[in-house]
Amino acid sequence: MNDPQRSLESIQDIRNMMERSSRFISLSGWSGISAGVCALVGAGFAYQYLHPVSKDFVMDTYEIMSVQTARNEVARFDSAAEGIISSALFWIGVITFVAAFASAFIFTYKKSKKQNIPIWGKASKRLMFSVMIPMIAGGIFMYRMIELGIFGLVAPACLVFYGLALLNASKYTLTEIRYLGIAQIILGLLNCWSIGYGLYFWAAGFGIMHIVYGLVMWWRYERN
Amino acid sequence: MPVPINIDNLNKVFDSRIRLGIMSVLMVNADQSYNDLKELLQITDGNLASHMKTLEENGYVKVEKGFIGRKTNTTYTVTKEGSAAFRVHLDALEKMIKGIL
Repeated sequence: MNDPQRSLESIQDIRNMMERSSRFISLSGWSGISAGVCALVGAGFAYQYLHPVSKDFVMDTYEIMSVQTARNEVARFDSAAEGIISSALFWIGVITFVAAFASAFIFTYKKSKKQNIPIWGKASKRLMFSVMIPMIAGGIFMYRMIELGIFGLVAPACLVFYGLALLNASKYTLTEIRYLGIAQIILGLLNCWSIGYGLYFWAAGFGIMHIVYGLVMWWRYERN
Repeated sequence: MPVPINIDNLNKVFDSRIRLGIMSVLMVNADQSYNDLKELLQITDGNLASHMKTLEENGYVKVEKGFIGRKTNTTYTVTKEGSAAFRVHLDALEKMIKGIL
């Protein structure tokens, strides 16, 4: 054991095991790419739905309607929740999210199998919790905004809370995800002063940013 | 002048790569389940059990047997003694490498 080469190997082993067990490092670049593609397709459907006739109609009427009009819209339903689930846009969003999450999960699952890292171990659980807390807080916050008729800030809030979730997650996975988080926060904040263009900011944040992040991560870690 | 190397500080218990791996995982994770350890280290049940026994007998790890539903859930935690021994071992490794630089 007094062989320096072995000491070096021991230290590398220690480092490797500490890293593998404390951070979930199996997040695949392909997951980012696939989630981004799903988001762009979803945004395409939403665009079709919002602009069926004239393509150069850019302002989203839901987002720029007055708070009073929005409240009257909400009041047509028994509750804001009922109003939300009866909206086609909501279902486009849900389907997009499910598709993005499922496709992202598949690539990451495959990578974790390849690296022999438990997909539902301590590291991935911690990652999940760190993502879920800002996301759930954001969800409740946005629900209340809809109830109060503040539709215009829903899209920006979504980006900001998602960005915060990613920033928080960067402690428990590959740290580069923090830059994706910061990008989402910046886009969300810019969107606060461009009410009505939420769909474009979503396409940029959830679509293009994910794809760019995925490509960078793939280039760095999975290219071989 | 090369730093004198104290081989005594290199712990025999950590001579095995697997035991060293187990300790590394437990040092950064408050408690770790048997199954997760098995998957992280890529070893068989028998192999992990025998290495765990060595660590336990030396007082370096603590076992806790619990249940999740009906399934047994065994988790391991590193003891104070284990943590200290691991640090001493790391220092010895560091010294050894510094000695040759």
